[in-house]
Amino acid sequence: MADDVLFEFLHMEMVSHVYKEQASRDDIDKDRITCVSILEGMGFRVGQGLIERCTKDYPTFKDDLDVMKFLCKDFWTSIFRKQVDNLRTNHQGTYVLQDNKFALLTQVSSGKQHLEEAPKYLAYSCGLIRGALSNLGLESVVTAEVSLMPSCKFQVVIQKS
Amino acid sequence: MAVCVAVIAKENYPLYIRSVPSQSELKFHYTVHTSLDVVEEKISTAGKAMAEQRELYLGLLYPTEDYKVYGYVTNSKVKFVIVVDSSNTSLRDNEIRSMFRKLHNSFTDVMCNPFYNPGDPIQSRAFDSMVSAMMVQSS
Repeated sequence: MADDVLFEFLHMEMVSHVYKEQASRDDIDKDRITCVSILEGMGFRVGQGLIERCTKDYPTFKDDLDVMKFLCKDFWTSIFRKQVDNLRTNHQGTYVLQDNKFALLTQVSSGKQHLEEAPKYLAYSCGLIRGALSNLGLESVVTAEVSLMPSCKFQVVIQKS
Repeated sequence: MAVCVAVIAKENYPLYIRSVPSQSELKFHYTVHTSLDVVEEKISTAGKAMAEQRELYLGLLYPTEDYKVYGYVTNSKVKFVIVVDSSNTSLRDNEIRSMFRKLHNSFTDVMCNPFYNPGDPIQSRAFDSMVSAMMVQSS
């Protein structure tokens, strides 16, 4: 298996590349939003493929909670080498995944100054979660927030059609 | 071996369908289409018995006078359907399972291909050659 650090480097470069591309265009306001959407879109497609590989030999899931537990344990382990530390739900379709030492944020120094830049590094992972869930048949909206580096929370709201 | 292999998407349209060309293709397309009903039935009845988890392999869907139809559904609700000739020396369950496992592995590879958009018809040559290997034996 390749070193984790390879993906961390690639991810950091991906984020800075997308932002550099956007900065060369004129409209500053739309910048942030398009960058985040681009990264999220990338994560979405990768999430779809990854979940296909991860669930290959797994029997079907009983319900949404089962899917989220699988996401927190096996899926997260296969990508970040650790499980999600805390999963909370309101049993109405909203789940909060808390990771206390998020792999893609550990290298960013913890400090207020960097806190506002942190969401850039979470966009791809939000897409990953959304793509994985979409391929399993659950449409969702995923947002992320950081209050204390390097821990972060992903909020997943399942859209009931 | 297999006379017809089909991969059907979550929304129930075919992503890939191929049959041994000696007989009429339309008949196989129709057989696969009707087998989808049986697949849906199996998925929904298992869903109601929420206690135990369902296996991915669905087994023999239904036998017709000439053919037997087997089904398999993935966690992403993509269905694989294999039609085999009844007159063939009856293939053991294990062989059918291994065929589905190969199909699933190749499908996963296609899915992970960044140039493939989920929902498009499958045009991968590797997938084609894997299916040909499963189908060529008779004729």
